[in-house]
Amino acid sequence: MARYTCRRILTGLLSLFVLITVTFFLVRIIPGSPFQRGGVSESVVEAIEQEYGLNEPLFTQYLSYIGGVLHGDLGISYQDPAVRVTEVIARAWPVTASVGAAALIVSLILGTGLGILSAVSGRRSVKQVISAGGMIAAGIPGFAAAILLMLVFSVKLKLLPASGLLSPVHYILPVAALSLYPAAMVSRLVSSTLETELTKDYVLFARAKGLGRRQVIFTHALKNAYLPVINYIGPASASLLTGSFVVESIFTIPGLGREFVGSITNRDYTLILGLTVFMGAVVILVNLITDLLCAWLDPKTRRAYREERA
Amino acid sequence: MLKRIRQQWKTYMGGSRMAAAGCIVLAVWILLAVMVPLVSPWSYSAQDAQIRNQGVSLLHWFGTDRFGRDLFTRVWYGAGISLTVGIASALINGAIGVLYGAVSGFAGRHMDLILMRIADIISAIPSMLYVILLTLVMGAGIGSMILGLCVAGWIGMARMVRGEILKLKEMEYAYAARMEGIRPLRILLRHLLPNAAGTIIVNLIFLVPQAIFTEAFLSFLGVGIEAPAASLGTIIQEARSQMMLYPQQMVFPLLVLCVMLLALNMAGTAAEQKAGGRMETVRGREDR
Repeated sequence: MARYTCRRILTGLLSLFVLITVTFFLVRIIPGSPFQRGGVSESVVEAIEQEYGLNEPLFTQYLSYIGGVLHGDLGISYQDPAVRVTEVIARAWPVTASVGAAALIVSLILGTGLGILSAVSGRRSVKQVISAGGMIAAGIPGFAAAILLMLVFSVKLKLLPASGLLSPVHYILPVAALSLYPAAMVSRLVSSTLETELTKDYVLFARAKGLGRRQVIFTHALKNAYLPVINYIGPASASLLTGSFVVESIFTIPGLGREFVGSITNRDYTLILGLTVFMGAVVILVNLITDLLCAWLDPKTRRAYREERA
Repeated sequence: MLKRIRQQWKTYMGGSRMAAAGCIVLAVWILLAVMVPLVSPWSYSAQDAQIRNQGVSLLHWFGTDRFGRDLFTRVWYGAGISLTVGIASALINGAIGVLYGAVSGFAGRHMDLILMRIADIISAIPSMLYVILLTLVMGAGIGSMILGLCVAGWIGMARMVRGEILKLKEMEYAYAARMEGIRPLRILLRHLLPNAAGTIIVNLIFLVPQAIFTEAFLSFLGVGIEAPAASLGTIIQEARSQMMLYPQQMVFPLLVLCVMLLALNMAGTAAEQKAGGRMETVRGREDR
């Protein structure tokens, strides 16, 4: 297990390095200078480029960037030289992460609850309503859901604020928009796996020895049914925690997603690069944790890893 | 050929009310997307300052936008663009994904490891970056949009096909074929891939709404299809600046988009059920 963990960390680091390299060169192929705009003369652009080291050969730039990254320095924003990219991340990430974490919790609770209800309920109508609701929630794109929520609750009914993140009330709409899809997925996974778990012998045995229905579902069956959910929620939480481009720009939340969209429209190379690297790092880390958690929880996968290593 | 198509259709779509509903809605949507721009007395791009921001009327069924363009025509024209982009990129992505996944799964070992890590890295970069790069190189348009969606869109399909091939190549019939001395390529094409057809078809259907969604999302953020052409995402984006005043300009294209995606998802889910249970499909969706 320890050796497997080490190897996973090493491959994670390697993919991160390749990600930095690929993104660096991709961003540099974008034609045009980030400083070019109307009314700025050639010589000024050249002078600024010189100051930022953009006139040096590409490979030298690359080496100095990698050197910076190793020291935890992602460079300075091109649009605002007073701001370091790491500062932007330090400012925006807590915002994004708080919304993302709230959405994660909401979707896990809601999804698990509805999933159990659908698996346990004897009524067909309950099952159908939940699965139809899940399909609608999963089929509507996130930004459409966000806009519809905003139109209904803040434009028409004027119940909830439409933008910003000043108070807990401001969290309701973005969190709802963000958790719609994951909640639908979780409830689908829980209900389908729980249904198969409940037909197994150990459930019958637990019932036969006199345990209550509720106890059997929550302590026995749900534990076994939760593995696919963890497998899904891992990558999903990575994307929730790094911020949604759309939901953040619709609800004007000053998070990572909005910074990213802004950096692209401004052609802020270092910011694009830094944010991509940061998001990539979070994704790689969360996937690593998910894999290890699954191996730890499930003896079967654990054994498979051992065999793979041998 | 026709007979085979009909047979396949029956296998995946027959006898399911959900599939029927999805397909009928989709057919209506395609018909409207083709017919409305042809038949309508209004053009999707001609501006008329006299009739700006009109509400719903007999003359303009969805009203007009802030440039006085008829929204009914425009929305269906945009739906056509969205569908074209979705279907074209789903086909390309499907082909690349099947090829890549099959090679990766069949070759196994180091080749597999390297190919899958490459896929991981390509998918780690936000698709927005690819699309922007391509639009800058090729100019904004449908072509660069489709290509941009194809840079990273095939990876889910590739992973799925790889998993399927990894499983199938350990089957007895695969061993038997190998012992008979059949060439590996033939085993892959004639023995393994046909048995993965269920997974492939289901994923192919789901690729369409995924591509439409990503396109709409990118256009909504202002990267992507540019005027005078418009997709549903562009139309929604244009209505955004005055959504407080004229929400209907946003609601109509949104509803058309949602129903389109729902219909496609219904067809996909029906096919999934037919193809035998859920196939551990954890379709990671970025950009949500």
